[in-house]
Amino acid sequence: MTTARIVADLGCPSGLEPPADGAIIDPAPFVRHTAGLARLDLAVFGAKCAGCIRKIETAMNALPQMQSARLNLSTGRLSLVWIDGAFIPRAVTESLDRIGYRAAPFDPEAAEKESDREGRNLLRALAVSGFATANVMLLSVSVWAGGGEMGPATRELMHWVSAVIAIPAALYAGQTFFASAFRALKHGRANMDVPISLGVLLALSISVFEFFQGGEHTYFDAAVMLLFFLLIGRYLDHRLRLRARAAARDLLALQAITASRLNADGSLTSVSARDIEAGDLLALAPGDRVPVDGVIEDGSSDLDMSLVTGESAPVRGGAGALLHAGVLNLTSRLVMRATKTADASLVADLTRLIEAGEQTKSRYVRLADRAASLYVPVVHTLALATFLGWYFIGDAGFRVAIMNAVALLIITCPCALGLAAPAVQVVATGRLFRSGILVKSGDALERLAEVDVIVFDKTGTLTFGKPRISNRADIPDDVFAAAAALARISRHPLSRAIVTQAGPGKAAPHAIEVAGDGIEGTIDGVRIRLGRAAWVGAPSADDASQESWIRIGDAAPIRFQFEDRQRSDAADAIRRLEGLGLKVEMLSGDREAAAAKVASSLGIETWRAELSPHGKIEQLERLRAEGRIIAMVGDGLNDAPSLACAHASLSPGTAADATQAAADFVYQGESVSPIVEAVIVSRASRRRVIENFAFAAAYNALAMPLAAMGLVTPLIAALAMSGSSMIVTLNALRLAGGRRR
Amino acid sequence: MSVLVYLIPIALFLGGLGLSAFFWALKSGQFEDPKGAAERILLNDDLEDED
Repeated sequence: MTTARIVADLGCPSGLEPPADGAIIDPAPFVRHTAGLARLDLAVFGAKCAGCIRKIETAMNALPQMQSARLNLSTGRLSLVWIDGAFIPRAVTESLDRIGYRAAPFDPEAAEKESDREGRNLLRALAVSGFATANVMLLSVSVWAGGGEMGPATRELMHWVSAVIAIPAALYAGQTFFASAFRALKHGRANMDVPISLGVLLALSISVFEFFQGGEHTYFDAAVMLLFFLLIGRYLDHRLRLRARAAARDLLALQAITASRLNADGSLTSVSARDIEAGDLLALAPGDRVPVDGVIEDGSSDLDMSLVTGESAPVRGGAGALLHAGVLNLTSRLVMRATKTADASLVADLTRLIEAGEQTKSRYVRLADRAASLYVPVVHTLALATFLGWYFIGDAGFRVAIMNAVALLIITCPCALGLAAPAVQVVATGRLFRSGILVKSGDALERLAEVDVIVFDKTGTLTFGKPRISNRADIPDDVFAAAAALARISRHPLSRAIVTQAGPGKAAPHAIEVAGDGIEGTIDGVRIRLGRAAWVGAPSADDASQESWIRIGDAAPIRFQFEDRQRSDAADAIRRLEGLGLKVEMLSGDREAAAAKVASSLGIETWRAELSPHGKIEQLERLRAEGRIIAMVGDGLNDAPSLACAHASLSPGTAADATQAAADFVYQGESVSPIVEAVIVSRASRRRVIENFAFAAAYNALAMPLAAMGLVTPLIAALAMSGSSMIVTLNALRLAGGRRR
Repeated sequence: MSVLVYLIPIALFLGGLGLSAFFWALKSGQFEDPKGAAERILLNDDLEDED
């Protein structure tokens, strides 16, 4: 058996567990129809490796008349093309659900727009400037080294070739900077791109002027090298931002929820949630998410409210019960009547809270921008002073005066400054990524480093947030296997807990789920029931823990007991966070007693329980009013608004998607200690960035007087520029070492 | 020194060749999915019949 076969058979760890919440979205409204072909783009969650690619593409190609199915593993986007009408679009998401991947459709418009044009333009500019730098440097070095041996004719040839390469290359590669500088100037502001553009353009024109005068020094190499170094920084920064945008895009995809509208004649139409109006009748199959707020008209079923309330135990709902958007229908078909439109529903409400929080965050001024706002006026004033000084006081003539001013602009140009922050942040995010922590943006690192209070949500962060069997030792193995076989057909959280612990295996054939009661099936001719105590015929042990009973034939029923366990290293991680000088608090939506138990066993002194999403935000506002800078850790959708309004936020990889999208850091694994590492690395990276800025400032303090005095030649400028860039990058790389595990 | 008249164009031509190869690769979508390309090499598409 080949490696790929083994991978395909076992699947990715993500494929072993049933999908996180099991909601199947009908992508029909998002299919684009062109010339007999149907096209669909889906965001697929959980694909990680070659096995995933193979499983997904094989499953898609098995659908009739599929023309092309390709998964982009870097973006998680699956592009499908098939002959229109060959199968219903829901077959796609159902087939993905069966192999264990969840998918959400992209809005067709968003799918068209979403292509990384900016990144490709930057790469092109980077390649052109790299090419020009290498070739012009080759010619410049020979001019510098040629010294006495090189005749003026040869030197002129070298300058001529340099000019032909450097001028078009600099004009092409510098477009980003020129455009941005122009925009800033038009609005009467000055950003970092103004001195860059000025430096490059002046260097080019002064070099052309010198060249025609037959002068010895030209700055063609400096102009393109400057652009090359700065573009490296720009590209790194762009890649970091791209990752943040991808997360936001996934959140948008998840909001593209569809629903089945029940028409007056009894037929069903698949509509986008945005098109539902109050009063519409909607059919909800098991596994469907409630698209808008409404009431149940017909049927009864188990409902998973965890997205709305954070409470993981399902609730039974019958005719007349209120449904909030985001509730998941678990067991049987329901008909509901919409009472609100999608825009007015609860999930939309939470989304607005998240957006409001994001806006306050976008006002955060990054370290690099703060440095630039100091740097720009100083450099411009000094360049002007140099020119005026040489021209009027030094009486050196226009040519020498402008040459020295340009030399100052070039040598102080913010190569080190432009590389300092992106290089450190790329190294830091890379190191965190290896430890299973995804950083969404560069400034998230800066924000986390400034934090002095860390606020935890209880369920799902300090605890696992999922029921787990606590009396596995009391259950015989054959009974457990039978229970797992029945549980595999169900989406109920307790069934999931049994399946997760049992691992992969076969589901019991012909088993049926009875809403609110449990699952009934036959294995080897024996009737088996798994479910509520009364339904199975067992006495309910009346303690607080969740339970489920199994009865095989007429044998005595056996009890499965479930509990939400604390994460094993939670107490240790909290000690270490306190050791880093952070104050730890806990806010929970859970009952007072449950929160008190966790708080006391973890040694958390400040905590609040029974808080609504708004209540959590109020608590954060209170802390902020005290002058505290807050990091928030949470996993439920009800935490998403408070994550967005905190200064920095973290969420585990098991969290609701909207929550992961709102968080700055997403960490994988079963433990709490990644949070400690994220704080340590963020602080270290902030130190490196400040060191780099300090170095750049010191370097400029040395270089500026030399340039102003007219002592800088193109050779010195080139050495200083590449030397300082290298030092800054090497300093950033020091972060990569760290403590290896 | 007259050899420079040949050598500089040759050097520039070779550099330009590399640059245009990069542009071609960028245009033909080879940087669209670097992670997927790294993983796809593990798939034995040519052994499909064994399944």
